[in-house]
Amino acid sequence: MSQGRKDPLNLIITGVGGQGNILISKLIGEAMLEEGYWVTIGETYGASQRGGSVASHLRISRKTQHGPLTPEGQADIILGLEPVESLRMLGVYGNPTSDVITNIRPIHPMAVAIGEAEYPSLDRIKQGIRELSHEAWYLDASEIAIGLGAPLLTNMVMAGALIGSGLMPVGEEKFERQLKANFEKERLSLNLKAFGLGVSTIRKGKRASHN
Amino acid sequence: MSNIAANAPNTSQLLMGNEAIARGALEAGVGVAAAYPGNPSSEIIATLAQVAKQLNLYVEWAVNEKVALEIAAGASFAGIRAIAAMKQNGLNVALDFLANLNLTGVPSGLVLVVSDDPGGISSTNEQDSRHVAKALDLPLLEPATFQEAKDMAKWAFELSEEIANACLMRSVTRISHARGNVTLGELPHLENQARFDISRRPYASIAATAPKFHERLHQNLSRMSEIYERSPFNWYVGPKSPDLLIVTCGSGWFHSKEAVGILSKENSVGILKLGTTWPLPKGLISRYFLQTPKVLVIEEIDAFLETNLKELSADLTTGRTWTFFGKASGHVNPFGEITPDFIIHAIADILKVNYVSRSVDYQKKSQTIIKESILPRDSQFCAGCPHRTTFWAMKDALRMDGRQGFVVGDIGCYSMGLASTGFSQIKTVHAMGSGMGIASGLGKLNQFGFNQPVLAVCGDSTFFHAVIPALINAIHSQADFLLVVLDNAGTAMTGFQPHPGTDMNAMGAPSPPVDIEKLCQALGVKVMVTDAYDVKETTQKLIDLLRDEGKPRVLICRRECALIRARKENPLYRVRINPDKCIGEDCGCERFCTRVFKCPGLIWDRNTKKVKIDEAVCSGCGVCVEICSQEAIFREANG
Repeated sequence: MSQGRKDPLNLIITGVGGQGNILISKLIGEAMLEEGYWVTIGETYGASQRGGSVASHLRISRKTQHGPLTPEGQADIILGLEPVESLRMLGVYGNPTSDVITNIRPIHPMAVAIGEAEYPSLDRIKQGIRELSHEAWYLDASEIAIGLGAPLLTNMVMAGALIGSGLMPVGEEKFERQLKANFEKERLSLNLKAFGLGVSTIRKGKRASHN
Repeated sequence: MSNIAANAPNTSQLLMGNEAIARGALEAGVGVAAAYPGNPSSEIIATLAQVAKQLNLYVEWAVNEKVALEIAAGASFAGIRAIAAMKQNGLNVALDFLANLNLTGVPSGLVLVVSDDPGGISSTNEQDSRHVAKALDLPLLEPATFQEAKDMAKWAFELSEEIANACLMRSVTRISHARGNVTLGELPHLENQARFDISRRPYASIAATAPKFHERLHQNLSRMSEIYERSPFNWYVGPKSPDLLIVTCGSGWFHSKEAVGILSKENSVGILKLGTTWPLPKGLISRYFLQTPKVLVIEEIDAFLETNLKELSADLTTGRTWTFFGKASGHVNPFGEITPDFIIHAIADILKVNYVSRSVDYQKKSQTIIKESILPRDSQFCAGCPHRTTFWAMKDALRMDGRQGFVVGDIGCYSMGLASTGFSQIKTVHAMGSGMGIASGLGKLNQFGFNQPVLAVCGDSTFFHAVIPALINAIHSQADFLLVVLDNAGTAMTGFQPHPGTDMNAMGAPSPPVDIEKLCQALGVKVMVTDAYDVKETTQKLIDLLRDEGKPRVLICRRECALIRARKENPLYRVRINPDKCIGEDCGCERFCTRVFKCPGLIWDRNTKKVKIDEAVCSGCGVCVEICSQEAIFREANG
């Protein structure tokens, strides 16, 4: 619960184009707006937009509207839908008090897919995160989503992990309310399930505390 | 959930800057909206299109930006408030009309929103549109917050009517494409009645009247300045007499406020935020200038505000001078986008204070980790993209032709034909339709010994936007070229908007499509059609057309964008690998499938030394089956 009282609270949700991080930032943002916060969401892109890195910056405050770009070293929480992307954001926006929650399933960049580069091992990524963060949580959100029959639900599992971690000043029911307001009936139950599995997984899991 | 049509005054929504602008237009009672899509401006008109039926608006994706602005002006001439939106490149297309429209003026509110793209995040350039307002003596507004984007868009219609001329509103990526709190105002109840008054003098500027109209524009400028003096879009925060005065606009406001806060300089640095940036409110600015010795100007792209402030300060007869900091002094970058960090460092440098974002030790660690573990993610065509197969066919056809033929292109997803997933085939990229115009020129150089085949490429939306005049030109001049139309059935790059070749309009109603093939036939040019997924047929047709030289030829490569198709139907095939047939590096084909073809659905497995399919990514187009010389890739109909 350490980050809950910081103002502004800077959350970065990162991943690869198509993973749906923009959708969950909007849902989290709208949940915070309903709680009376000032919410700003900005996006930063890597070199490309098709298949490239995409990060949403959520900046939440009781006092004022903030700009859409987090200054260097000012991220409080990094939620990563892809492990290398979590580390990429931590490298720029992290500081020794940043908390990280990351999916451990890689999405290979082109150079890896065509056999011209090697994706770093999970151990190496974890070591990098350990050196640059305060606390970190790891889960295979993709596996959980595939278990539900839809890999696209990875983002919802990760949203559950974020809310379930208690790092955000917003509870499960508020986020679920956003899901109910934004999804058609047919898709709602699966999204709620994915969200719920994210919550329970993070609560069962052991956080990797480094300091 | 955001809903810009909600008649719920004083409630708050989390709106994207572009949605806020659309909402402001609705609160002003806009009746007509038109645009050609282009990021970061596309959502303004897209949002209005979604509520068009409900609120009785007319919304259109026009063929290009000039026509979009003309549609909006037409509405204004008939008494209907209208908005046109475009990106910075689009303003150039509309400029010819705008530079005459300013002289005739308009009777009903006409707002032109231009979203600039500092850093060229989704653009070929990072042109600063604001110069146009100064050049044409038109009012310029720059929103700095999401709330202001809404409020300013609404007020822009009133200002437009007050001065009887078009009003320019300049947004930037960090406003247009970001989200924030917006408190809604009321939606008016309107019974719009359109009528063109034929008894008034014409809206026309001709040779004899131009200077008189120009003079009237200059008189208008003084009136605008006076209006701006009381504008709520200009405000100041800070001490009465700051050591340093920051003057900023647009995205610079949030960044400047943040930077001053991070450096804890609220008691010595003031921020004058201007929303009305042309003409400048001289009285207001001079009042704040007189309280400070130093001025730092923060703005995105060019030193527009900075130069105009310097000019204004030279006219202030106070006997005082100011030290200016900004782009000219090297404290703010005059290219690329500005970030809070740039401003923190600029202020720290001027005030001679130290600032480090993170400890030296942490900074060092993060740099090492980034260097060792972070891989770049390069631009690439999507899995199943028909452009990849067309560029593959062009590469093969040009190689077999053997006369050093090359491709000239323009702006669209297919600009990636410059890069490795388009096999680096494109050699020029400039404006919409420029490939065709350049080919029209190259195709007439035979008298200077030029004998290389020229292929021009354009998308279907671009064909309508700007290629048609260049094609007609080239047909009339009998230039020697082959135009390849990459017809993927929509404006894919900007979000699949319809265009005149599609069977639906912006508001979702059926519209008669203009057939590119028939149009070319009517123009009297040799035209062939191929399926972009059929690599063999496409390559053969390209070879045949390349040989049929000495005149204009057109090849239309049809295949719907894989992303659009995936929304509507299941994949065509299930693509699989026979690992017994894949012989990996021993194949001798340079690993066509992964290293050369580079479809993200095909993955090289470093452990087994064979190719595999990423089923989560593969779109099931089945084209790679034709690429593999060992028949190791096979496809099964998706039943």
